Amino acid sequence: MKLQISTRLAIFAVLELAGRDGRQLSVADIGEKYGVSSHHLAKVMHVMGRAGLVRSVRGAGGGYQFAGNARRTTLLDVVQLFEDSSTVEHDAGIAGATPESQALSEVLGEIDDIARATLGSITIATMRKLVDRRGERSKTASSRRRN
Amino acid sequence: MRRVRAADMPQVIALDARITKLTKADYWNDVFGRYGKRRLHERFFLVAESRNGPADVRVLGFIIGEIRAWEFGSTPCGWVFALSVEPEMRLRNVGTALFDAIAGEFKMAGVSKMRTMVARDARLPMMFFRGEGMMAGPYLQLEKDLD
Repeated sequence: MKLQISTRLAIFAVLELAGRDGRQLSVADIGEKYGVSSHHLAKVMHVMGRAGLVRSVRGAGGGYQFAGNARRTTLLDVVQLFEDSSTVEHDAGIAGATPESQALSEVLGEIDDIARATLGSITIATMRKLVDRRGERSKTASSRRRN
Repeated sequence: MRRVRAADMPQVIALDARITKLTKADYWNDVFGRYGKRRLHERFFLVAESRNGPADVRVLGFIIGEIRAWEFGSTPCGWVFALSVEPEMRLRNVGTALFDAIAGEFKMAGVSKMRTMVARDARLPMMFFRGEGMMAGPYLQLEKDLD
């Protein structure tokens, strides 16, 4: 499954902010870590701000804070803001309502349902756990390499 | 966290009825007979309780599972088929404590894998199991309408 760059950035940004216990991060800080322009990231943050997932903090040292509930906000909540969920229907609909296109539509719909269920079941808190676990594994592996 | 007792069953039945809006006393009493009394080395019906004195025991949630090894040659695994937590006690780690308790029982029974099956659109249980580290397994559930 491929996600647009904006979607991936949005997920990374939410994960960064959710891992900071309410402390804010600037767009420049997040952009630097993921090697993207502040301009592009600012647009992404604006969309998430309108959806109530992040809130901007003004003033010196301002930036963004995570504004959702990490145990109830899912990847699907973020992905839906940036991805067109009707892609599957559009693709299958090219050949019209032939039995072949309907059969293909059924199979693609199954894939779509599974993807949606997976994204809808992984919360930001769960993702943070996965990220932390990966980080620990990397640390262990690199310390083994050193020894 | 402990094994279920006959005296817990009215509270288990009431908790399930509050959540599913269906009273299934016969079903739950049958489950108690099979999972609360027999083959206890491979069947686990656990409850989380809060206790304010010997006569005031409140069931906060329950989890049921067993060691299974019949799905198309799969090696034995711990299979969870019921989990319920009092709605007002959610997000207080009662579910996690139940999950950890049954995982410990499975481990002591000698299995190294734990599985369950959840409806794709059942977001809350899906999010819960994902949050406990469960990922998609190697099996896909299939079905067919019987005309």
